[in-house]
Amino acid sequence: MENRPLFKSGHTACAGCGQAIAARLVIEAAGANTIVANNTGCLEVFSTKYPETAWGVPWIHSLFENSAAVASGIEAALKYLGKKDAVNVIAQGGDGSSGDIGLQALSGMLERGHDILYVCYDNEAYMNTGVQRSGLTPFDTNTTTSPFGGQSSGNLRPKKPVPEICSAHGIPYVATASAGFPQDLTRKVKKAISIKGPKYIQVHVPCPLGWRHETNQMLPVAKMAVETGLYPLFEYENGVLAARKQIVPKPVEEYLKLQGRFKHLLNNPEEIKKVQSIADNNIKKYNLKLETQG
Amino acid sequence: MKEFIEGSHAIAEVIKSCRPGVISAYPITPQTHIVEDLAQMVADGDLKSQFVNVESEHSAASVVLGGSATGVRVYTATSSQGLFYMQEVVFNIAGMRLPVIMTCANRAISAPINIWNDQQDSISLRDSGWFQLYAENNQEAVDFHLIAYRLAEDKRVMLPVMVCMDGFILTHGMETVDIPEQEKVSKFLPDYKPLYKLDPAEPISMGLLADPDYYMETRFAIQETMRKSVGYLSEISREFNDVFGRDYKDLLVEEYKLEDAEKVIVAMGSVCGTIKEVVDEQRAKGKKVGLLKIISYRPFPYARIYEALKDVPKVAVLDKAVSLGAYAPVAVEIKSAFYGKKKGPKVISSFVGGLGGRDITMETIYEVFRRLSAKEVNFDFVDLKPELLKEEYGE
Amino acid sequence: MFGPLIVNPLNSKGDKTGSWRTLSRPHYLHKDCIACRMCLLICPEGCVYGKEKNSFWADYNFCKGCGVCADICPKKDIAMVPEESKDDGK
Repeated sequence: MENRPLFKSGHTACAGCGQAIAARLVIEAAGANTIVANNTGCLEVFSTKYPETAWGVPWIHSLFENSAAVASGIEAALKYLGKKDAVNVIAQGGDGSSGDIGLQALSGMLERGHDILYVCYDNEAYMNTGVQRSGLTPFDTNTTTSPFGGQSSGNLRPKKPVPEICSAHGIPYVATASAGFPQDLTRKVKKAISIKGPKYIQVHVPCPLGWRHETNQMLPVAKMAVETGLYPLFEYENGVLAARKQIVPKPVEEYLKLQGRFKHLLNNPEEIKKVQSIADNNIKKYNLKLETQG
Repeated sequence: MKEFIEGSHAIAEVIKSCRPGVISAYPITPQTHIVEDLAQMVADGDLKSQFVNVESEHSAASVVLGGSATGVRVYTATSSQGLFYMQEVVFNIAGMRLPVIMTCANRAISAPINIWNDQQDSISLRDSGWFQLYAENNQEAVDFHLIAYRLAEDKRVMLPVMVCMDGFILTHGMETVDIPEQEKVSKFLPDYKPLYKLDPAEPISMGLLADPDYYMETRFAIQETMRKSVGYLSEISREFNDVFGRDYKDLLVEEYKLEDAEKVIVAMGSVCGTIKEVVDEQRAKGKKVGLLKIISYRPFPYARIYEALKDVPKVAVLDKAVSLGAYAPVAVEIKSAFYGKKKGPKVISSFVGGLGGRDITMETIYEVFRRLSAKEVNFDFVDLKPELLKEEYGE
Repeated sequence: MFGPLIVNPLNSKGDKTGSWRTLSRPHYLHKDCIACRMCLLICPEGCVYGKEKNSFWADYNFCKGCGVCADICPKKDIAMVPEESKDDGK
């Protein structure tokens, strides 16, 4: 990492940005022989404001929703040039650009079988435009377009299951990861890069500004999301659940109380119960519960 | 080699000879025959391209953007709604200075849905930073693609080119076309050597955020490049003529019987063939009429048009597109070429015709010449059916 | 003519984002460091350097003072100190 930084200092992400942490880990794990196509979003804006760039690898941004398609063109060009085996291609974006407006391009990329790793940095709302709700915003989150009010407890819909949608394409590798588990993220990126074909990794990345927590709380927040079962870490290989991080589940309040975006739920046991049931379903679905040793 | 061939097949043949490394397209009538042919060539091993079947035009344009940014010659084709669906990518490609070549098989815009020809689709993207060359016939359509690659990849230019050919009329029309031989094409269009590309050996960042301190210069640079390209087109045309023996002069306009002309129609695309027939008939009867065909709509050749029409008393502009709520798009630019100038037509009348594939017949052209009188008209349509306008809804 | 179009990373200096710090900055104590590299790994700025035990430091030209390195350090060998203090971070 010391030799030639692939994502270097001087970018303009907010202090304590989970996405900046994850993006640096991803590219350092992928290595210098990588071309990155980036959707519009926080990462793009804070890392490449002309005339500066944080990227030590060839990097391109085109539009909000098309990095998967741009990367498809890059991969096709590399194939034409006979260079594909020597170069990794990564397409990346936020949750909105990946799972909402860019879902079609992402699906196309997966279905066509391109040898590309897609990384979705999931901070669970449109942060770059000011914390508006996305399809990956969790249930009951207070965002600027799903505000808490007298008639609403925030975002009324559960989080869109984009990893499952991707896995349903029959691609070789899908994983979730978290900025709170940097070595796990690095391992998953290296594994994904070693597999030929389309791969999808969704990284949970705390946003101190949008989630409303102190910048030094990035780790506790990220970890607690995993430890409550609200953000399960798992790997799908060829459509089959192959691995998951097991936990001793903590109650969801432990996670909710760390963040201003859930503050309105803390005196509302009814709503907390609903959030808990989402965690419980995850724990059951992915068999997350660590059997305590006797 | 001369062949009696469908327009789309001819385009596929010439694209093959241009050797693009990445081709991507999404099906839309009437563009389909071109890309079907290219897919077959790839399947047969006759064309060593990566053919990427995408899930939308937005992705088709994005794939060729990515391919071009990786330093490879690329090609796509679309029409109508497809062009509109890729619109933001179209602007993006120009802003990123990537020499993408696209065929627009011109087709009307919905609603109501209509698959037939007019030029509303490409005209609506006139401000995108793409060159737009309009073909009158399939020989021009073929040749303009070759010229398009040369122009786009010129190191002074590095901008995308849209070759516009009227849907069905040209794409599905059978004509005798001289398909350029590979040897000559390779001479005229050598392998693509990009100025910049995505390459781990020399990493660069492309498509950065340009704040108010930087954005405006990107637009001025394209504007200046477009302006200077008016001259580059002449250079390339001369070289083209040297290799292929077909002379498109300055590649901006074609003057047809303009000497001493008193009435001239200005038009773009296949309708120019029909207009030439009428001009010939009228000239045979001693009527002083002519045609000014616009080949390059972007860049728009103001000075060249001024020279061609400055002594013509009456000009009719026949647009196959409309700017709803304003003067027709080509007409407005022809008028602006004479604003504040000493010389120029007394009358520049504007007619809109052929929308949604309504045939522009020789009779239509005669009608335009008849209505081109001392009284300037605007907002006029030709071949309207008044009985259809009686439909009313509500009170 | 091209105008602002591409950037070569070698020519990119980056903004001196260290000026953003208002409250505190990390002080690497260099007492109990085990060179686990977690501080280097987790830094959102990529501005932590070091290899051997007790050699790690944060480049204050870029450090925004988020405190995540101090939080992740398993040996509590990084302390967030007030911005006004005179520690040099090494």
